[in-house]
Amino acid sequence: MHNLVYNEMLKLVRKKRILVITLILLILIPIFTYAQYHTTQNAIKQLGTSDWRAILQQQIIDQQNRLASSRVPEEWKESIKLNIQQQQYYLDNNINPTAPGAPTFIREFVEEAVSLFLPLLVVILAADIVSSEHSGGTIKLLLTRPVRRWKVLLSKYLALLLSVSFMVVLTAVIGYLVSGMIFGYKGWTLPVLTGFQVQGEHLITDHVHLIPQWKYILMAYGLAWFSCLAVGTVSFMVSVLVRSTASSMGIMLAAVISGSLLGQLAPNWNALKYLAFTNLRLTDYLEGEPILVEGMNLPFSLTVLTVWSITSLIVAFGVFTRRDVLA
Amino acid sequence: MQTETHTVLSVQGLSKTIGQREIVKNVSFEVKAGEIFGFLGPNGAGKTTTIRMLVGLTRPTKGIIRIGGYDLSKQFLQAIRQVGCIVENPELYPYLTGRENLQLFARMTEDIPPARIEEVVRLVELQNRIDDPVKTYSLGMRQRLGIAQALLGKPQLLILDEPTNGLDPAGIRELRSFIRHLSREEGISVFISSHILHEVQLMCDRVAIISQGEIVKTGRVDQLVGSHAKVEWMVEPHHAGVEKLRGLPYITQLEVLNNGRVLVHMPMEKIAETNQALVAEQIQVSGIRPYQQTLEDIFLEMTGGNSIA
Repeated sequence: MHNLVYNEMLKLVRKKRILVITLILLILIPIFTYAQYHTTQNAIKQLGTSDWRAILQQQIIDQQNRLASSRVPEEWKESIKLNIQQQQYYLDNNINPTAPGAPTFIREFVEEAVSLFLPLLVVILAADIVSSEHSGGTIKLLLTRPVRRWKVLLSKYLALLLSVSFMVVLTAVIGYLVSGMIFGYKGWTLPVLTGFQVQGEHLITDHVHLIPQWKYILMAYGLAWFSCLAVGTVSFMVSVLVRSTASSMGIMLAAVISGSLLGQLAPNWNALKYLAFTNLRLTDYLEGEPILVEGMNLPFSLTVLTVWSITSLIVAFGVFTRRDVLA
Repeated sequence: MQTETHTVLSVQGLSKTIGQREIVKNVSFEVKAGEIFGFLGPNGAGKTTTIRMLVGLTRPTKGIIRIGGYDLSKQFLQAIRQVGCIVENPELYPYLTGRENLQLFARMTEDIPPARIEEVVRLVELQNRIDDPVKTYSLGMRQRLGIAQALLGKPQLLILDEPTNGLDPAGIRELRSFIRHLSREEGISVFISSHILHEVQLMCDRVAIISQGEIVKTGRVDQLVGSHAKVEWMVEPHHAGVEKLRGLPYITQLEVLNNGRVLVHMPMEKIAETNQALVAEQIQVSGIRPYQQTLEDIFLEMTGGNSIA
């Protein structure tokens, strides 16, 4: 089996797919970094002072005053305390929260990239992994070896999983190295708030707590990795079903883009939450972003993506092992 | 090498229906060890569909394929292990070098030592270009690399689909002698499909002729194409010449054309004898033109004048 996976990895590398992904990341991440830099510079201008310590000090005092007030409900107090703790940490450790380091950049980057940017990169890797064998005619050589068809397909799937995982790691590494040149490489231990829960229309903050940023980044990239695998698995099926590379790529791009658009356009259309590509923003659950569609939470999204992936695999393997190779 | 005459490929009652159309109808034949077997038919007769079934790319609707004694549908791995094939064009990975392509396919079969790759490269004489990317290869070189790939696993049976398509005359000649070498020296059975009678005549020991999905005839090449060829005679005086030709016992068909030309069906080896007979009767022969019999002629003969397509 490892021979077959090696073959598939060789094809991916020599087809320059990995190189394309790396180049895209190398070109776009500096642009995102500059954009982020630009935003922070603007913020400093608007505040009129560059003495962030004074601002932070003021914010802490404000919040302490609110804590002392009896009008503030008990459940809010918890979250205010956490906020104070966070800001106190910034002060104590001499961290300017508005001028983030590289770890903060890659954290914010993955939160934004998970719904569209990363899936598009996955599609580049996955869309032609089977269909190119059809359009190139090499499928005839591949399937006339003394190897079972399901093994041929499994080796392709494993190669895809490997390269998608590599891509997620590469995104983090390139993001860290590039943005660090401007923001500095510090900030792994910065405390970050997490543990938000949504129940009905309320944001439950009972379980909100501070964790070091490196832990948060690990979780965020783990979730992004899961999203990417789901996108990869669905593209894999499309690549089996469609024989031309152009149409398989087109179908997947349309699906990913419309999944991300629909979620924003029609948040009260409840059936949307069962689509794979409206559930890609897994990192939102970590961050505590308000979720627009009712009934969506982390276990739900994970389940939807898993069901889509398993179904895709069943279809892909079923079709590939039975189909007559005609063209 | 041709001491054993066991059957390498046996096909029984093979049929394939796609949609409503029956593309291959009840095809049966056998290929013996060391034999070059031609599979002759016009385009669209079902040759490629049959070949796709022989190598397991397409499932037969009915029928049994045995390769080296193994049933292809039940013992796929053992059966396909005996086969090397090129289906249609030799399509390899253009972004890999020739050697990388061979290594890639070698990894998909057990027990192919690296030395075997060197061996097949030498066999198809690609040593000089084997480390160049396949996209820089000419069609003839791709064809040779395709054959190298097919020979990797030391197959008993080589299946080639229209192997001379797109090759220049020198390439065709080279391929022909190469295939003969494989069969005579290495004892490999070769199954070749073609739509060109001439080609099959030059290369094959036996041939099956397929038309509209059915095998119309199977037999030795010389028996099939045989003796009977068309010969055009230009004789003067015309009438006497025609009478004389008509009187000869071995002439089967005779057609009078204009300008003193007569077209007859006769054995090729009788041309000199016929010429003497005519001259002896004071009939002047100003031209003898034997025609290479075409696939179309054979079809016309066999199907009683129905057109091929």
